[in-house]
Amino acid sequence: MSFSAERIRTDFPILGTKMNGKPLVFLDSAASSQKPFTVIDTIEKYYREENANIHRGIYYLSQKATEKYELSRIRLSRFIGAQCAKVCIFTRNATESINLVAQTWGRTQIKEGDEIVLNELEHHSNIVPWQMLAQEKKAVLKFISLNEDSTLDLSNLDEIITSKTKLIAVAQMSNVTGTIHDLAPIQKRAKEVGAKVLVDGAQGVCHLPVNMKEMDFDFYVFSAHKMLGPTGVGVLYAKEELLEAMPPWMGGGDMIAQVFKERSTYAELPSKLEAGTPNISGVIGFGSAIEYLETIGMKEIRNHEVELLTYALDRLDDFGGLELYGTRDLSKRGGVISFNFPGVHPHDVGTILDEEGIAIRVGHHCAQPFMAFKNIPGTCRASLYLYNTKDDIDRLIEGLIKVKEIFSRVLKR
Amino acid sequence: MSLSDSLYKEVILDHYQNPRFRGKLEPADLYEHGINPLCGDELELSINLNGDKISEIRVSGKGCSISQASGSMMAESLQGKTVGEAEDILSRFKNMILENQDPGFGEDLEDLESMESVKKIPARIKCAVLPWNTLERALSRIGK
Repeated sequence: MSFSAERIRTDFPILGTKMNGKPLVFLDSAASSQKPFTVIDTIEKYYREENANIHRGIYYLSQKATEKYELSRIRLSRFIGAQCAKVCIFTRNATESINLVAQTWGRTQIKEGDEIVLNELEHHSNIVPWQMLAQEKKAVLKFISLNEDSTLDLSNLDEIITSKTKLIAVAQMSNVTGTIHDLAPIQKRAKEVGAKVLVDGAQGVCHLPVNMKEMDFDFYVFSAHKMLGPTGVGVLYAKEELLEAMPPWMGGGDMIAQVFKERSTYAELPSKLEAGTPNISGVIGFGSAIEYLETIGMKEIRNHEVELLTYALDRLDDFGGLELYGTRDLSKRGGVISFNFPGVHPHDVGTILDEEGIAIRVGHHCAQPFMAFKNIPGTCRASLYLYNTKDDIDRLIEGLIKVKEIFSRVLKR
Repeated sequence: MSLSDSLYKEVILDHYQNPRFRGKLEPADLYEHGINPLCGDELELSINLNGDKISEIRVSGKGCSISQASGSMMAESLQGKTVGEAEDILSRFKNMILENQDPGFGEDLEDLESMESVKKIPARIKCAVLPWNTLERALSRIGK
């Protein structure tokens, strides 16, 4: 079946609702995507008909829940092209996955004077855990700087990534500018010096086809809720030998092999890193989200987003007077449009659009170093997904005309 | 009139475009820095006192039209007032927005009433209140 955003929209109940009396235009999927019926129904069915704790019960319901939970892991591992299911660890979100790496791998591998390489476009989630680790270990943080078009400046990579570098943490795609980073030179340099690479795939895995076998990332983290799944489920993928060497993070049920009064032995992967009752309904719902994405096809989703992005950028250029951020090379960019009305604060734009039923994100998008780099308080961000249409873009433009009308006096400056 | 039309009234945009009592006093008897961390709006407030009177007031900062216009209106309404009068205006303003009360402002303070429509947009209340929360902290330091 060919790709049809109009048909896809009917799978998402919220897209048929009204906001402030107007049909909802949802342009904030980079923050959290909407959920299709199949995901919502799967979660409801679990609670209505299948609810039980996993990995423990000898009775039917528990066995069934365990089976479904682990089936999601298998589905996920195939979706991202992982070698096997046990290298996919369920966490609460991408942020927790990064913290897990920092607190286990990082604490055992990073020593005083070691270097961790970040960049100025990174999300706070992929900065703050490394700052905390660096403070604790007296390690050094280094930053890859940015070109004017918000791509990474890789011209002096050999000076930034050195024999002291232990880890490079970088997003696959920026949540602010949509930049899809050129990771190959970073990975190549990392290999030369023996450093590991952690890729924050929160904005990548939902928009682009990925394959861990081909991409050869050491660590890859993401969240279910940005890829049509429920909140409260994140993933840490890592190479098996790295996970094997990582000590457990949280102690408790499920992560143990045997507990004695004074000491314990730990379970095998993946249980070793999944203490306590997990988000069972969430993981099962996540499996359903993956199934949905597979039915549509990640290549088709990417093509649709590029087509929409092209249309949106053209219309915003024609609108005039807007400051647009991010590269115009669409092979290096996903469906995120960050812009500013010179003279109008992003929050004022957000309020006026909200009243027109248009949901965009305004502010610093948890990327304050980038805002400092651009010397702006924040941006207006419209982010696209498989269910957005050209009509959504047209409505956005109409909303921006309203902003211009209201602020016309101030804009005349 | 739509919500945003009533929020972005002429008077608010005028204060945003031409902020009154803009700047910073150095030194100042009272100085306070206010910030709304989630949105990044910032406001610096400096006040000089002459006895019980606010003899000089200056506001600077960066942020959305609502936070900055609210700061400008606040400075205009407080210049020359006594500390007691300032506290009275402060509590009337906050009650107007947070408790839905009629502030009963006189003609000289009617600009402040234009901020009333912000109470219908919960996400923006903290913008309007930022300068006043900053003022509250500044005044609480008098005599300490």
